[in-house]
Amino acid sequence: MTTGAVGRAYPRLEGREKVTGTARYAVEYPVDGVTYGWAVPSAVVRGRITRIDAAPALALPGVLAVLHHGNAPRLAPGPEPDLWLLQEPAVHYRGQFVAVVVATSLEAAREGARLVQIDYDAGPHSTVLTADHPGLYRPDQVNPSYPTDTAEGDFDAGYAAAPVRMDATYRTPAYHNNPMEPHATTAQWRDGRLLVHDSNQGAVAVKAALAELFELPRESVRVITQHVGGGFGSKGYPKAAVVLAALAARQVDRPVRLALTRQQLFGPVGYRTPTIQRVRLAADADGRLTAICHDSITQTSTIREFAEQVAVYTRSMYAAPHRRTTHRLVRLDVPTPFWMRAPGECPGAYALESAMDELASAVGIDPVELRIRNDPAVDPELGRPFTSRNLVGCLRDGARRFGWADRDPEPRARRDGRWLIGTGVAGSSYPARARASAAAATARPDGRFLIRIDATDIGTGARTALWQVAADALGVPPERVEIQIGDSDLPPAGVAGGSMGTSSWSWAVIRACEALRDRLRETPGGVPPDGEVTAEVSTADEVREQPALPRYAYGAHFAEVRVDVDTGEVRVNRMLGVFAAGRVVNPTTARSQLIGGMTMGISMALHEEGVLDERYGDWVNHDLATYHITGCADVERIEAYWLDEQDSELNPAGVKGIGEIGIVGTAAAITNAVHHATGVRIRDLPIRLDKLIGLSPLA
Amino acid sequence: MRPFRYHRPADVAEAVAVLADEPQAAYLAGGTNLVDLMKLGVQRPDLLVDVNRLPLDAVEELPGGGLRIGATVRNSDLAAHPAVRRDYPVLARALLAAASGQLRNLATTGGNLLQRTRCVYFQDTGKACNKREPGSGCAARHGQNRDLAVLDWSDLCVATHPSDLAVALAALDAVVEVHEPAGPRDVPLAALHRSPGEHPERETTLARGALITAVRLPHLPAARRSAYLKVRDRASFAFAVGSVAAVLDLDGDVVRDVRLAYGAVAHRPWRAYRAEEELRGRAFSPQLAARAADAELAEARPLRHNGFKVPLTRAITVRALTELAERTPAP
Repeated sequence: MTTGAVGRAYPRLEGREKVTGTARYAVEYPVDGVTYGWAVPSAVVRGRITRIDAAPALALPGVLAVLHHGNAPRLAPGPEPDLWLLQEPAVHYRGQFVAVVVATSLEAAREGARLVQIDYDAGPHSTVLTADHPGLYRPDQVNPSYPTDTAEGDFDAGYAAAPVRMDATYRTPAYHNNPMEPHATTAQWRDGRLLVHDSNQGAVAVKAALAELFELPRESVRVITQHVGGGFGSKGYPKAAVVLAALAARQVDRPVRLALTRQQLFGPVGYRTPTIQRVRLAADADGRLTAICHDSITQTSTIREFAEQVAVYTRSMYAAPHRRTTHRLVRLDVPTPFWMRAPGECPGAYALESAMDELASAVGIDPVELRIRNDPAVDPELGRPFTSRNLVGCLRDGARRFGWADRDPEPRARRDGRWLIGTGVAGSSYPARARASAAAATARPDGRFLIRIDATDIGTGARTALWQVAADALGVPPERVEIQIGDSDLPPAGVAGGSMGTSSWSWAVIRACEALRDRLRETPGGVPPDGEVTAEVSTADEVREQPALPRYAYGAHFAEVRVDVDTGEVRVNRMLGVFAAGRVVNPTTARSQLIGGMTMGISMALHEEGVLDERYGDWVNHDLATYHITGCADVERIEAYWLDEQDSELNPAGVKGIGEIGIVGTAAAITNAVHHATGVRIRDLPIRLDKLIGLSPLA
Repeated sequence: MRPFRYHRPADVAEAVAVLADEPQAAYLAGGTNLVDLMKLGVQRPDLLVDVNRLPLDAVEELPGGGLRIGATVRNSDLAAHPAVRRDYPVLARALLAAASGQLRNLATTGGNLLQRTRCVYFQDTGKACNKREPGSGCAARHGQNRDLAVLDWSDLCVATHPSDLAVALAALDAVVEVHEPAGPRDVPLAALHRSPGEHPERETTLARGALITAVRLPHLPAARRSAYLKVRDRASFAFAVGSVAAVLDLDGDVVRDVRLAYGAVAHRPWRAYRAEEELRGRAFSPQLAARAADAELAEARPLRHNGFKVPLTRAITVRALTELAERTPAP
């Protein structure tokens, strides 16, 4: 009954618009009488604003207004304290937005922002995460709603009794999402209604937050998000830009465009928390795990609690009779951390998959084989079989493609001129979730169909994937299907995050198409010549009633690196990933997601680091010239493959999500390869040359 | 951004005269550094004097050897010039190791030499920097200083000069032709940049209003055997954490002549005269190269986070010279 659009490599529907520059992003829509907003960051870390003198800014030609806590429109306290902007004089972190300048030109707004005079009463601050910080505490739960600590068996006794043990602490720095397009909004008030063109990963949450903050009925807020230049989690929930733009537009009674600067993306929009992770593993002489413990320390802000689920990965990845995981948190005078590609799993897997490599060395077993031996038959947490778990399949297929079989396990055994060569492997997993969503399908008299859903395409190819899914569900060629997304007037859908966009949205699209086909069957004579037939559905009940089963995507990451024996420079010769992620809707865009995630993992392993200066309480490298991300020249050869995986316990499309799994195991695969190349185990990322220099001191 | 005026002078003399009269004016060439700094509020000129259309964009081969490079010759054009590729490979390598293709297409020879440090504290008006604001202090001295100087810094400033081109030019004994309000003069490249000392805000020895009009390379046949080695934190588009420009002239095994300069270690491109002295007249070996680097780096005073620059610079000195020694000189 299918026409087979799913599984075919269609180019993105909006690809031509994007490469020719006609695709419009949030601050590119032509708007009559538009003005420009520029956000002003606080110059102190912690304290209170004692005086604001806006007069020098207001004296600048073109400046219309300076909004701050003393004059900005009042907001209702919303669900998210970080969004309660310009309401009070308190400053919670350096860079917090404390004013907005609105002007008739971008240049005047920017210069006006420099001219606003702000005096502060500043107090002492604490911005550095340490393992012995006096403020460490145990949160009630970790994101999104996992238990803080878990324990099974008796870890201490199991660990003490084991013949093979490893105990190591791993550290990751702050990472900044840095999507190409910053958080940006054009806001307009018309007859008491608020219209925003906004860059986000989910319009439903933006609409709800704005309605609540501005005390509007939800139907008075419209959010349009046609194209988004990336988010990587940082746009998964509304952030400052949209609220500041709406406040400013209300104040000046004109449309306002406001885009954050690159520098302003380092903090106020969230970042991946630094982590300090202690992992202890014990095994018998055959490498079978007998005890696992993963203790995580991360930070949050004084504004609200954000508890990254760093050790949750360890709960279901490998089994042992004695297991324990803990999370501790400290409130620092920093911006609130937020989601960044595979929050929890990504830093957690770096530590656990590094520790597995260390254990493999300690017990003298190949690291691929060690993972295969410890692949659990049932989920250690739920005690139930996984709906599908193909980690072993990924490892075996990856080992074959990569040429792992001939590997000499001895570190520092291969050399090519000045380069030491090494290979490494890591496993990965990511939950396969779905959320409730609505969608509508319409049949038109000309034989064409329209799909409407407020999904968000953040550059992933979601629009195209849903179009393919709809064609198959309708049983028509995709050319007869039109799809509309990215507008809150469409049926509401969930966030483009958590690798659950396609699973959640395709579920609703398929159900809407099925309902439409049912209605068409019941419509004698078919679609009336001057009308159309529509079916709109929500998957809320169906998703809620889905049994709680362990559903995960899996991956195996292989890396070959070379390390300069004199300078310590690290280069990645090749990176290969094999994934088991359910059904793949579009091989072209799926490959982009997977190698994109892997590339971001290379970046995490080798390049990215928010460098904090405690005296100033913020990151000193806050642009892309000084905060390095991996460039094209750093990715020499990269390959992604996937297994053919059928899983009927997921969702109607049988997809698991592929946005995040690509990053999860990459950093560990690279650090493991660096160890194999050099004999040096790096436990604090990134691996930079100063940590490896002098491997071969000149006699 | 502060509103500014824009002026396009008819000739060099007018450009210099205009700038001499306007204390807050700046020359605009490629703009690859200045425009960024204007957006950041680090530089706030009220007048830009655009020198892009002045007739300074030629590369001439000089009678008797040598090369005269106009100040507005773009980095990408210079790197591709046949005479540069043939006679001064160190220069082509240094240029191509810098920035990105797009930036090299815009950045000029003169502008490259006058670019500002990329010290993160200099580039952030919210933090103390004596170079940006004399007397405000040096946040880098006891701050995050992994990328900063190990040689010749002062308590007032630990910045490094970011140019790759300047390091190659230092090794080649280039001469900078400048036009100052008092008239034209030649400045050896090695004397163009200053140590930070008590006045890190003064970066060059040029008079206020001076315009670089050309860079002259001397006839130096030995430069056909030359190399530029740059180490950075990623494979492309990053400033050096260590770099070396080297020219090696061997008579059999014996070092007849050598030119060596370092980048990323000091407030100016660092000509390694002491290392050259150690090398000259001796039979070349990697061990000799290491001893020469040690002699040059003996006065290094690493900061808290950049101790690695000393062994790194030593390692790339040995590598660059050893590779040159092993290379058959071009005919």
